Amino acid sequence: MPRDTFENQLGELKSQLLQLGAEAGQTITDGVAALRTRDRVMAQSIIAHDSEINQRRYAIEERCYALIATQQPLASDLREIISILLIAIELERIADHSKNLAEIVIHMGNEPLLKPLVDIPRMAEICREMLSQSLDAFTRNDARMAGAVCDRDDEIDHLYQQIFRELMTYVVDDPRTVSRALNLLFAAHNLERIGDRVTNIGERVIYAATGQLEELNVDQPIQSD
Amino acid sequence: MTTGSFPQTRGANYRRRKFVNGVMLTLTGVATLLAVFPLVWIISYVVLEGGRFLSLDFFTQLPTPVGVPGGGVANAILGSAMVVGIACVIAMPISLVAAFYVTDHPNTPLGVAVRFGTDVLAGIPSIVMGIFAYTVVVLPQRHFSAFSGGFALAIIMTPIVLRTTEEMLKLVPRNLREGALALGAPEWKTSLQVLLPAALNGVVTGVMLGIARVAGEAAPMIFTAFGNPFFSTDPNQPIATLPHTIYVYAISPYKDWHDKAWTTALVLIAFVLGLNVLARVLTARQAHQWSGN
Amino acid sequence: MATDHSERLRVFTRALANREESSDAAAGVAGKPHQTKIQVRDMSFYYGTSRALESINIDFPEHYITAIIGPSGCGKSTLLRTLNRMSDLVPHTRIEGQILLDGEDLTAPSVDVVDVRRRVGMVFQRPNPFPKSIYDNLVFGPRLLGMNDRAALDAIVERSLRGAALWDEVKDKLHTSGLALSGGQQQRLCIARAMAIEPEVILMDEPASALDPIATFKIEELMQSLRERYTIIIVTHNMQQAARVSDYTAFMSWQAVAALSYNAPSAERDGSSANVTKSQAGRIIEFGSTRQIFTTPKEKETEDYITGRFG
Repeated sequence: MPRDTFENQLGELKSQLLQLGAEAGQTITDGVAALRTRDRVMAQSIIAHDSEINQRRYAIEERCYALIATQQPLASDLREIISILLIAIELERIADHSKNLAEIVIHMGNEPLLKPLVDIPRMAEICREMLSQSLDAFTRNDARMAGAVCDRDDEIDHLYQQIFRELMTYVVDDPRTVSRALNLLFAAHNLERIGDRVTNIGERVIYAATGQLEELNVDQPIQSD
Repeated sequence: MTTGSFPQTRGANYRRRKFVNGVMLTLTGVATLLAVFPLVWIISYVVLEGGRFLSLDFFTQLPTPVGVPGGGVANAILGSAMVVGIACVIAMPISLVAAFYVTDHPNTPLGVAVRFGTDVLAGIPSIVMGIFAYTVVVLPQRHFSAFSGGFALAIIMTPIVLRTTEEMLKLVPRNLREGALALGAPEWKTSLQVLLPAALNGVVTGVMLGIARVAGEAAPMIFTAFGNPFFSTDPNQPIATLPHTIYVYAISPYKDWHDKAWTTALVLIAFVLGLNVLARVLTARQAHQWSGN
Repeated sequence: MATDHSERLRVFTRALANREESSDAAAGVAGKPHQTKIQVRDMSFYYGTSRALESINIDFPEHYITAIIGPSGCGKSTLLRTLNRMSDLVPHTRIEGQILLDGEDLTAPSVDVVDVRRRVGMVFQRPNPFPKSIYDNLVFGPRLLGMNDRAALDAIVERSLRGAALWDEVKDKLHTSGLALSGGQQQRLCIARAMAIEPEVILMDEPASALDPIATFKIEELMQSLRERYTIIIVTHNMQQAARVSDYTAFMSWQAVAALSYNAPSAERDGSSANVTKSQAGRIIEFGSTRQIFTTPKEKETEDYITGRFG
């Protein structure tokens, strides 16, 4: 191959991105676990870990800039590098949302949960699956797979709306539960945002594979009644 | 290098190589000297022998009969100039036009034929040209003439001018021609207005080399210009030329004519050498003009 | 011959007269729907019996810069040279098909090559100023067309040099040799020389390949300013350059490819299927906006070439 050096550099960049993806995925699981077990030590370590993730993102970003400046990538190479850059940013934001979960844990202190956690862990699970599948789609350069992954964002949105309505009934019943309800709502909201971020990643995968720029799964506004 | 893996770089081997190198260098030096030696010898001999009688009179006076001191070869200088001039007038247009054709169309049948023909022509002994001119010009006219001499020299000159001009035109970058054609210039205007000026030094060089070559030809003159002890400016009359004068003086049994032969030879050699040196200088300039581009 | 000449001069002077209005009219062309300046229709080109170009179909839009890229030997320069009949200079060549300049077939035997070359100028790979003064280089073309009026020639010289962004650098030495200029200046002189006869199209055959980066950028900037007045077609080996300067890009290759979508209609007409013939003739693989070719090429071959994974 005439561009072995470039291929190698691009390969390293991809594996860096996949590692960042794995770590970001882990923060989702950890965040929800800390919420379920009310483990404030774990929450603290998630928050501390976030700056490390930020550093990884900057490292990827810098390598992208260096490759663009020195190798003048074009066509699929250009799309791939741009996608890596933007996916890295999405991954870092996912970790930020997980960090928000951990902050909720600390904020709640010893206050009991308003209701047992059922839908929130379910949301987290779907987010993780979607994330790992979208990164799979990226390594395989598979636009169809990326599209299918993004379709699952509807499940997350649906769960979020369900949680929203449920929490509203609590608040209507007893307005004193409002702060506890908001904590859970805020947690669900962060997971919902993670779902959107994964959808963005899917869009990038499709762009890298096909050059098509399209918006997937436009969020429907929550219907309140 | 202090690495020990190459034994040839050390000790006796090194001294042997240095010795062989010295011997070879000496041999090439000697060979070079041997090659230049005849030229130096001839020039110094001619200068020594001919220089003694060189005077202003030699350039301005007519020849004197045997035994009469003084006199010169003014008629032969003028005659040579005339014959060579006639040769140029005939040879230059033909060879220049042909050179442009051959350069532009090197692989056409005519181009190949012209180049082959000129190579053959260049190899034919000059005396044959003299006989040829005698047959086609002198015999029909029934008298010797400066014109027939010029005609013979023109045939000798044509291949020299043609090939030198061709080489010089080849030095002109091809894209210069394309540049002119792309502006809508027809081929002949391109040749005349762009290529010729670009190769002018080279073309002049070719002409000068041609002149230098034919100015020294004696053999064809015997059958054509014939020689004439008096001033003549009529191209239809026999005329004296420098090489022919040398020939006539040299084969005579008289001592003072022998001396005049040497002096005439000195004049001729100085002229030819001067032309050659000038041609070299112009050629170098021509090559330089495009090398920096 | 004489009438020929005066006709050419008349056309030329009219072109000069129209210059002022048309440059204004062309100013905001970018947003306008574009017209085709040169239309190549099913054009094949032969050197002797070997086919160098195969069924070329391409529309060069007016007042845009079109780049032709492709691997060595794919026929880029050959295609370029057919557009002003410079291809005629090589003996035993033959053009099939049509090349329409404003709808008029350049390949027709009745067409005056000199007129074609006046309308379609050319700039070459290596700067080739004539060994004459800068001034004489510039008036060479106009003089060929019979223009001898000193004042008019002076005006052409100044306008061409200004157009080629060279006026300020040489205005005080118009009568020194063009060869005394730097390589980049020589090339701009050649562009000015091409502009002096008011062509409608300027062909550029790797115009910056012999120049250093600064001189290259100057040429590229110049091309941007020329786009408003001329239709420019540039052949380049430098893909970054094609990406920088051009509005449209054509990718050519000589590799035999199966089922070419672009050439498919002509293949059907020939009665031969595209994937059977394994010819070395150059053809256009893909033509599109430069942005599209360099970010999302449709053909795999284009992609492989652009990303440096050719062959």
